[in-house]
This record gives sequence, C-alpha cells and structure tokens, in this order.
Amino acid sequence: MIESIYEMIRSYLLQPAAHFLVPATFESEALYTLEVLVKIAAILIPVLVVVAYITYAERKVIGFIQGRIGPNRVGFFGFSLWGLGQPIADAVKLIFKEIIVPSGANKFLFVIAPILSLAPSLAAWAVIPFSENLVLADINAGLLYILALTSLAVYGVIIAGWASNSKYAFLGAMRSAAQIVAYEIAMGFALVGVLIAAGSLNLGNIVMAQDGSIFHWFWLPLFPLFLVYFISGVAETNRAPFDVAEGESEIVAGFHVEYGGMAFSIFFMAEYANMIMIAVLTSIMFCGGWLSPFQGIPLIGEPSLFWLLLKISFFMFLFLWFRATFPRYRYDQIMRLGWKVFIPITIVWLVVAAVLVVADVPPWFN
Amino acid sequence: MFEQIVFYSFAAMLVFSASMVVSMRNPVHAALFLILAFFTSAALWLLLQAEFLAIVLVLVYVGAVMVLFLFVVMMLDINVTVIREGFARHLPVGIGVAIMMLLSMGLIVGSKQFQLVQPEDLNKFDPQFSNTQELGLALYTDYLYPFEIAGAILLVAIIAAISLTMRKPRTHKTPKPEKQVSVRSQDRVRIVKMESEK
Repeated sequence: MIESIYEMIRSYLLQPAAHFLVPATFESEALYTLEVLVKIAAILIPVLVVVAYITYAERKVIGFIQGRIGPNRVGFFGFSLWGLGQPIADAVKLIFKEIIVPSGANKFLFVIAPILSLAPSLAAWAVIPFSENLVLADINAGLLYILALTSLAVYGVIIAGWASNSKYAFLGAMRSAAQIVAYEIAMGFALVGVLIAAGSLNLGNIVMAQDGSIFHWFWLPLFPLFLVYFISGVAETNRAPFDVAEGESEIVAGFHVEYGGMAFSIFFMAEYANMIMIAVLTSIMFCGGWLSPFQGIPLIGEPSLFWLLLKISFFMFLFLWFRATFPRYRYDQIMRLGWKVFIPITIVWLVVAAVLVVADVPPWFN
Repeated sequence: MFEQIVFYSFAAMLVFSASMVVSMRNPVHAALFLILAFFTSAALWLLLQAEFLAIVLVLVYVGAVMVLFLFVVMMLDINVTVIREGFARHLPVGIGVAIMMLLSMGLIVGSKQFQLVQPEDLNKFDPQFSNTQELGLALYTDYLYPFEIAGAILLVAIIAAISLTMRKPRTHKTPKPEKQVSVRSQDRVRIVKMESEK
C-alpha cells in the first residue's frame, strides 16, 4: 500500500517537477534528490507527530496509573476530545516564548546544543528498515552507523551544560555525560551479540536472520543482552529511573535549566525522539522487526509494518510504565549497575552467543 | 566533478578546523574543533569508499575519546597565557618536529603497502561490496598475529591506567550494596512499649 502511494507521488509530482523545473542535463539527479527528500519527509513527519503525541500519552498513562485523569481540557472546535489538543497547545506556547541567553553564556554553543542533541536521533532513522523493501538507505554497515550516531547524542547535553554558564547546568551535564558513556559500552556490547548471532551489520539482514516464529527472535538466545540493551537504553535517554541528569530535587532541571521556549522544547523533542529510537532498535534487534509473532498462521502470520509499529508501541509504553513505577536511582548505584553488572553480563553472554553460533544450536542457528 | 566539489570543501574544512585546534584561546573550543576535524576526515574516508573506517572513526574518536577529553578539559582551569609563553623560543624545535612528522608520513604513505590499491581499482567493486567483511577476513587470517599483539598491548595499557588510579590505599568509605540490601527493619529500629503519660 505504501509502495503504491509512493509510486503515485513519484509519477504525478516528482517526475513533472524534475522535468519542468530543472535543465534536462540534471533531470535524473534532480529526480533522485526529490525522491530522497520525499522519503525523508515520509519518515520524519510521522516521527515528529509521534514525538508530540507521546508527551500526551505519557501524561495520560501516568495519570491513569496514579488514579488521575491527565490532560482533558484542550480540544478542537469547542470539543474537549479527551484533551487531544494539548500537545499542539504546548507547542504553540513554547514557540511564542522568548529564548533567553544567560549572561556570560557562549551564544553560539548555547543555541547549537539543542540541535546537536536532536539531529543524531533523527539522522539514525535513515537506516531503519520498516519492512523488507521499505528502507531509506540499505547500507551494509547499518548497525555501525546506528552505534556511531547514538554515541553522538551526549554532545548536546555536555555542550548545553557548559555553554549555559551555570553551576547547576554544568553539574547536570557532568552527571549525564558520565552516565551516557558508561551505559553506551554495555549497549554496544549487547549489539555486538546481535551482530554475532545475525552474522551481518545490515539491519534488514538482522531481521531476516530472526525469521521463523516468536521463539526464533533473538530475545530468546540473547535474553540477558536483550534486558541489558533495553535497560541501558532507558539510562542512555536519561529517562526515569535513571534521570539524575535532571534531578529536580538537587540540581533543579540539570543541563537544560537555562533553556526556555523553543530551545527547551528541542531538548524535550530529542529526549522523546531518542526514546522512540531505542524502542525501534530493540524491536528490530531482538524482537524480529516487521516479522509476525504468529508466523505460519494465515493472515495474522504475514510480516507487515503494523507488527513493527505494535512492538515499538509496546516498548514505548514500557518507558512510560517505568517512569510511573520506579523511584530514581542513586548516582553511585547507577554507576555500579552500568560498570559492574551490565558490562560483565554482556561480555559473558558474548562468549555464550559465539558458542551457540559455532555449535549451530537449533532452532536459532542452523 | 561533484565528487571533487565535495572533496575540496571537506578538505578545506579539515585544514581550517585543524588549524583552529592549535590556535583557539579557549581549550573547550579547541576540543570542539578537533571533533569537527574528525568528522570531516571521516567524510573524506567515505569518499574513498572506506565506510567501515569512516564510521569507526566517528564511533571511537568522536563518540568515546573526545567525550572524555571534553569532560576533562571542561573541568580543568587551563590558563592559556601561561601555556603560550615561550612560543617564539620553542618555535624552531616545533618546526623541526613538524618536518620530521611530515617526512615520516610521506615515507609511510609512499611505501609499498600503501600502493596495493590504486584509485582506479576502487570503481570495480559493486555497491553491495562490504569492506567490513573484507577487513575482518584480512585481520583474522593474514594479520592475526599483529592484530593480537596490538590487542595485548592495549590490554596492558588499560590495566596500567587502572592501576595508576589505585596507587594510594583506599581510605574513603564506600557503600556495600549487598549489606545495604540485606538490612532489615529490626536491625535499625527498636519499638519501645511505654505507658502513656497522664
């Protein structure tokens, strides 16, 4: 269905545009550029809409968990519609607020820091496969690209903390940088386990290596890595219960205490975009991506984009559930969990995974 | 044509950011320019179709090494004017070292090992060619011993760095999680029954 819509856009919009607007010598290049731009828009617009509405979902879900109603006033055209207009009202409010640059702050770095934290999480979507043919860039080193881009997200936090010229912001940045560096190692090792099991760096091939049924997916043979990856992902995005970078009770709001208006909301968007990214990666690496859990049964056993969306929604819900359930970790406990628990577990399980692959243990590796 | 425009713009950016690294007054800005230099050189490597090396450069140097570097530089109070003293005095030595570096780089790049692949050979591989796989095959078959020796040296360096931080005997108290977890309320709180006052 998505392919046919894309074909329609291509033949009725892009080809005439490239034909009439550009000299004939550059027509094919212009058409290619337009195609890529349309694909990028088709990925990023839904992502940004989901980012807006996940804030609403978060407030609603946590409200229900705590026996409250959550936002229920802002709607459209006089109907309250369970508060569905809330994210749009928030966005409009934030856009019209003034961005105040603190005195003594480095203006350029202060402005560029939120961009640096949002850009990597959006750029990583380039290699995400949505189904067997639906992928923007089907590159061989896809997993490596993901690892490189997710390791860049920490710069936004560090630079924001430093450029703000504020003690609280700097303390928050230092906490967060140490935490992200620690958990990145465990995440990287967990993905090395996936790489060993799949025998490929290409994300599409990683999903196809899990073909079979729900018990062929990598969450079962790599169960400890699956847990370590998702928990490290929660820590990496600075979400509760690992949100000491914000720590309202000690350091006000951490690295973004000096930010207001749109600059703040870009940090906010980056946090949610990173959450979605972690949910997508967990679904692809460990839960069979677009494959159906009921493979073999007609109709519901078909691989489809909707299975991927369902898995992403499940992991997104876990993020919200964690926030409503767990109290915040103490800082030394976070460091201990990262360095002394997760990294040893991943190293041991890498050896186990290698043995499983070499010994051709059925049903996963044969 | 297009490739050359890309190459020259990234090369110009690389030279600019590299010169800014050594000339910036603020050490944090210098470190940020070093990050930019790594990025642009990764882009140049991508142009040479070395995607594995390019992404690993970003992953290792930008994603890990420079984060720690920036971390340290931000916390140190570096007085640049003190470091800048004697710039003219040390200039001849600096130029000498620079020339030596340039010569050795020229010798290495001009050596036989670097002439194995000619630029025109690059075009004969199809886009699906995975140089990650080729690198892995070469490293774990032909160059297994050098690779393992390099790994052993790195391990020694890691152990040395960790043991350097542990020279002093540990004097500060550290929480013991297993003790903290096994604490029960009876150990901490004693409920005393008393007659109520009238």
